Amino acid sequence: MNVVVCVKQIPDPAAPGSLDPDTKTLDRSGKLIMDDSDNYGVEMALQLASGDGDEVTLVSMAPNGETSGLRTGLAMGAAKAILVSDEALAGSDALGTAKVLAAAIARANPDLVVMATESTDGYTGTLPVQVAELMGLPSVTFAKAIAVDGSSVKVERQTESGYDEVQCPMPAVVTVTAGVVEPRYPSFKGIMAAKSKPVDNLSVADLGIDASQVGAAGAGQEITDVSEAEARTAGEIVVDEGDGAQRIVAFLEQLKVV
Amino acid sequence: MAIDKVWVLAETAEGGGPTPVTLELLTEARAVGATVEAVTWGADAAALAGPVGEYGAGTLYDVGDLGGMLPGVPVAAALAALIEGGNAPEAILFPATYEGRDIAGRLSARLDKPVLTNVTGLVESDGGLSSQHPVFGGSHIVTARFTGSGPALFVVRAKSFAAEPSGGAAAAVVAAPVPDVATTNTAKVVERHVEERTGPKLDEAPVVVSGGRGLGEAGNYAMIEELAKLLHGAAGASRAIVDAGWVPYSHQVGQTGKTVKPTVYLACGISGATQHLVGMKGSKNIVAVNKDQEAPIFSVADLGIVGDVHKVLPALIEALKAKG
Repeated sequence: MNVVVCVKQIPDPAAPGSLDPDTKTLDRSGKLIMDDSDNYGVEMALQLASGDGDEVTLVSMAPNGETSGLRTGLAMGAAKAILVSDEALAGSDALGTAKVLAAAIARANPDLVVMATESTDGYTGTLPVQVAELMGLPSVTFAKAIAVDGSSVKVERQTESGYDEVQCPMPAVVTVTAGVVEPRYPSFKGIMAAKSKPVDNLSVADLGIDASQVGAAGAGQEITDVSEAEARTAGEIVVDEGDGAQRIVAFLEQLKVV
Repeated sequence: MAIDKVWVLAETAEGGGPTPVTLELLTEARAVGATVEAVTWGADAAALAGPVGEYGAGTLYDVGDLGGMLPGVPVAAALAALIEGGNAPEAILFPATYEGRDIAGRLSARLDKPVLTNVTGLVESDGGLSSQHPVFGGSHIVTARFTGSGPALFVVRAKSFAAEPSGGAAAAVVAAPVPDVATTNTAKVVERHVEERTGPKLDEAPVVVSGGRGLGEAGNYAMIEELAKLLHGAAGASRAIVDAGWVPYSHQVGQTGKTVKPTVYLACGISGATQHLVGMKGSKNIVAVNKDQEAPIFSVADLGIVGDVHKVLPALIEALKAKG
């Protein structure tokens, strides 16, 4: 079974983000890391594709031939990666990105495509289903468990009130929520092996996509303004000296909540 | 009026009737569009005709019963068929829910139109609509607009607008059948598991008590649940402990989870990463307990207790119990 996992390489969320003053898009010029949200997809894929002949392929789109995040996924155990990197992709919106990923994913001929529900930096949360629609595949979003059952997947899909058991024939796109599996840490051996695993580096032209369809040129949306939001006025911050609970009770009483 | 026609994706709540966010979107649709129409699906979709009419929708397009299929594919296909049939609105408002995002994403790819998500405000500009999006934990607001032709697809976060009825008559129900999408419409719900919930829903509760990493271990989340119960509220969580598998995703408050705006938000052992702040900083009153005085959560707190949750929370539970 071939499982593709989409991996996003993002600016470290621990570092403060900034917007490019000209394009008003997120500044991605610094070092990129694998989005934490993708740990769960990679782990899930590795667990599902653990039999003989099974293979996990990572697919990513990133600027400047960035592979540091991909190496993390390869060190966890993925066999290979496809990276699409092209100056023409700068400023792509979610739909443009979906077109690129759909074309790249198709190259790996997957039985199953696993993605995070949404990325940590852009969090549009629509990209996986856009990819599925472009590839003509069914999709199941918000999975908290996935099992392969013959030629279909059984997914436990998070709902407002619990979960639904969803059955879906493969190939299919499944998005996973965080916390559903315990992602493995790459071993030293894995990290060393990852350095020599194949990364197929593709351009937009390699994928047969017209550059006018992607990047800022293809984006059907633009940012017109960035402004500071109204800040909340600072409250009372006190160090607990055994009276913290009483202070909270007094505050709640004043609001007539208790 | 910014635009002529707006559609709203209307969802049915558990137990019937429209979801609160449906009514919020209809109210905002009235503010920006001359004509408001709603789209829904389900076995008893027509039951929404009254309530959506009361909030301003003149027409309710009914996609009908989906036979257990997930709504993303069939509802998007039915919407696309309506649009291609010459009935296109200038904008469609989708709620940022499980189904709303699926349908918006599918429709976006089908129509080859972009979609703007995490919308918290809509403003008129140059005869069209621009959308507002909180970024960096809500410290900044980005304004964006579509550059191409419509329909403009907006996925809107719950609680961005206040719902107000217009007193309109029941909407006229118009069937919007699903075209042939056999190859993709194959994800089927075979069984539903409803977990029992005691107390109010997270995004509707007047009091929300949330826990984060500072709780130390999964077992300590029981304190959050007990506090929520004592305060007749709901229990929430930071992304960190959802990622760690302590509590299910449905509890998550923040950018990638739910938006809450309760009367009181009590954040316990939550540092206040930007990802969390965007989901709760609209709360009327915020109380935070955290041992790190520098934690960003204190920048939005009305009352901040710099202290150990393992001491403060048990004392708070005892004090609330004593009050009865």
